[in-house]
Amino acid sequence: MVRLSVDLTRTAPHNSRGTVNPGRSSEVLSLGFPKFTGRPGGEGASWATWERAPSRPEADWRGMTTTTDRPSTEPAAPPPLGTVGFARWCWRQLTSMRVALILLFFLAIAAIPGSVLPQRGTDPIRVNDWIEGNPTWGPILDRLGFFDVYAAPWFAAIYLLLFVSVIGCVLPRTRLHWRALRSAPPAAPRRLDRMPQHRSWESTASAEEILDRAYADLKSRRWRVARGDGWVAAEKGYWRETGNLLFHAALIALLIGVGYGALFGWRGNVIVREGSGFSDTLTQYDAWGGGRLADPASLPPFAFTLNDFRVDFERDEAQRGAPRLFEAELTLWPSPGAPAETALVRVNEPLSIDGAKVFLVGHGYAPILRLTDALGRVVHDEGVVFLPQDGNLTSTGVLKAPDATPSIGIEGLFLPTAAVDDVRGPHSTFPEIDDPAVFLSAWAGDLGLDSGVPQSIYALDTEGMNQLGIEALRPGETWALPGGNGTVEFVGVTRWASFQIAHDPGKEPALAAAIVALVGLMMSLFIQRRRLWVRASESASGATVVSVAGLARSDEADLAPEVDAVVEAVSEGSGTT
Amino acid sequence: MTAASLAEWSNLAVYSSMLVLIAALIAFAISFAARGQRVMSPELVSVGAGAPSLDAAQSDRVDLADPPGSSGPGRRAGNVAMALTWLATALLLVGLVLRGVWAGRVPWGNMYEFSLAWTFGILVVFLAVSLRRDIRWLGLPVVFLALLSLGLAVTVLYTEAAQLVPALKSWWLIIHVASAIICGGAFTVAAAISVLYLWRDRAERRGKVTGIVASLPDAARLDTLSYRILAFAFPLWTFAVISGAIWAENAWGRYWGWDPKETWAFITWVIYAGYLHARSTAGWRGRRAAYISILGFVSFLINYFGVNIFVNSLHSYAGL
Ligand code: HEM
Repeated sequence: MVRLSVDLTRTAPHNSRGTVNPGRSSEVLSLGFPKFTGRPGGEGASWATWERAPSRPEADWRGMTTTTDRPSTEPAAPPPLGTVGFARWCWRQLTSMRVALILLFFLAIAAIPGSVLPQRGTDPIRVNDWIEGNPTWGPILDRLGFFDVYAAPWFAAIYLLLFVSVIGCVLPRTRLHWRALRSAPPAAPRRLDRMPQHRSWESTASAEEILDRAYADLKSRRWRVARGDGWVAAEKGYWRETGNLLFHAALIALLIGVGYGALFGWRGNVIVREGSGFSDTLTQYDAWGGGRLADPASLPPFAFTLNDFRVDFERDEAQRGAPRLFEAELTLWPSPGAPAETALVRVNEPLSIDGAKVFLVGHGYAPILRLTDALGRVVHDEGVVFLPQDGNLTSTGVLKAPDATPSIGIEGLFLPTAAVDDVRGPHSTFPEIDDPAVFLSAWAGDLGLDSGVPQSIYALDTEGMNQLGIEALRPGETWALPGGNGTVEFVGVTRWASFQIAHDPGKEPALAAAIVALVGLMMSLFIQRRRLWVRASESASGATVVSVAGLARSDEADLAPEVDAVVEAVSEGSGTT
Repeated sequence: MTAASLAEWSNLAVYSSMLVLIAALIAFAISFAARGQRVMSPELVSVGAGAPSLDAAQSDRVDLADPPGSSGPGRRAGNVAMALTWLATALLLVGLVLRGVWAGRVPWGNMYEFSLAWTFGILVVFLAVSLRRDIRWLGLPVVFLALLSLGLAVTVLYTEAAQLVPALKSWWLIIHVASAIICGGAFTVAAAISVLYLWRDRAERRGKVTGIVASLPDAARLDTLSYRILAFAFPLWTFAVISGAIWAENAWGRYWGWDPKETWAFITWVIYAGYLHARSTAGWRGRRAAYISILGFVSFLINYFGVNIFVNSLHSYAGL
């Protein structure tokens, strides 16, 4: 047994009866989990120390994982020579508590840059701005993966190491726990007065009688009990370790669930105008991305049209303009040939179809522009999707009419509630269509659509075009393009809604794993693992000397009542002195 | 009652709560000072210093800090302070409820309300612990923090109540934020205890447990108490993160997107997991564990103040 100098005041256990055991020495106290010794030599004391028997490592409650109990795995020890020895040393290090702790901190630190720097996954435009704005650091950080932290190799390295460490930790501990579950509690130590909780008295009952009572009492209170010559040993709280193992294993399952979803899942975005439709094939998406193993050919074959999009905005002065309601009413065909049904999609209330979920993620206005060309043909007569630029839905958009004679391009600004001032120019003061107007700028010439270079439908490349003029229109007004190039009529406004359609086969497993982890965690934190012992023996005077003692694995604060309960059960009806 | 008067009543309740807290702060200070003096009586001064001859009975007495049955001015002031804290908490609850009734929703839709709720969380955790053990020595820092947070709320963060934007209308929001608020309270109280632990521990190691520090429980007690609070808060925080992920999945179509708010919730979670590991790792117990507990709290604060105000996040609902 290690001999320690432990502060009495630091480890002095609470004895609810206020009795003091005179036989206590500082060595004895070391058994009471002196968690506050920061000095060398003070660290080996724990529950495990109590059980340390070199030939029986499995008696170590903390398993093979804590450096506490295995001085040989302290990082201070130099690695042994030889490949096998060195590999074993590395493995020991990796699966030690200390390294797990350090890896956890690395993980926390590594996650920080992603919350400070813009990230490609969520905001690629700001990433490019950032890199352009910092020509020295931008490219370096970019190469190091700082704009995609959560997919960076160094981030993956940390959590993968951590999970290897968890596996290396959980497996041996499971084996040890399995063994402990099937074996009897360890025999009572010879000197119970060394335990943090201890009562001793003389009784007139026989030793047999005392032990019988203790055995029956503990058994009836669901302790696991063992009996030997002159002692009874009991233990409870095995679920604590079970919960701990469950928790760590569930973390691995969670990672697998997340990874599975990332590999097989996909998500796409699409903008749909009121009155128009969408069918779930790759070509209909504005943007679509999937995991490495996602199959774009097997999207669930549903289709819908957007009948009506309802919005409502706050009109009260406080938070004026804040959205209060978004609701999309769809006519849905869950599969080809299936009867149509009406479905509502709201924010927070996605639609589930066939393993995919349809989320409402945005909305905006589509002014209806009727463009008649110089030959008097109507070349365009429907809503043009304009993208919101601010909270009051000042929106911009582009109409391209390559088939018109001559080819026409129109840049537009749409204002649901129009206002013009010197500083901000034309802008909207409220997101609802209270006083709509469009400001248009018309161009004629080569739209550049035949060049083969992909173009955004929201931007006009005016190189090679000449400007015809600008005009502001109210609904119903028509603008005769200068030079007899045709007319533009602002017919009215419809709305559009944007949907995200996502399929993540990993989310249910991930949720299940998270729930198991939570349950395991609570078991491991709230269940107390305790040991109790009763010893009874006849003294020289003929009376029976009874000792009861208890030891707690982690938190001894509530140990005294447990010991008292046994004392009470054992001393029932027998003369206690 | 009209909406305007509901709002006024809510504000009135919050201001009254602050006034009562100021009174409680004074009472706690008196009680603290008085206890400090009493514990300095000669036979007890050496207790925390680790004198090896000391018997356990004496250390028991010091642990209680204020022996039951004693009736010095410190004890009376302490009782008054506790009663005032209950009153202030009740007033704050009234303020929160009225605000919720006024807006027709749960009263944590913007930062002003979240601050009120967080303060409420701090006080509730403190009072809940006080039901089980005598922690009047903790009243001073806790009430101080509560006042600080309320003061910030009514001056800097005040927002007129309004309804929630659609993305915040969800049952998961209620559950998620309610658990986050309790956790915020628990993290705060635990961190306060950890600071006191470091102070007391230093005094004990130097063998100079005199003055105010002597009126604190011994370091071992402080450590156990902050552990217990965090052992309660960590699963709750885990739950808060999970329910937040469920909410995000419903609202945005992905349960985890490394949004800054989510990232810092994760960082906070990892730090407290580190804390729990540290407590069972040699060389990391005690002082280092206390540092980690404080670090976790700082991370919670960054998530709460920093991300809401400075970072462009989906969760930016500060309403400033
Ligand atoms: C993903 C990383 C990890 C997380 C989030 C994590 C989290 C936790 C938490 C919250 C606890 C407290 C529950 C309790 O006290 O029973 C705990 C306990 C524990 N963990 Fe981990 N852990 C991780 C990795 C590891 C690794 C790699 C090891 C092995 C070296 C390990 C070994 C342990 C042990 C032995 C305990 C029990 C400590 C005790 O009961 O005193 N953990 N872990």
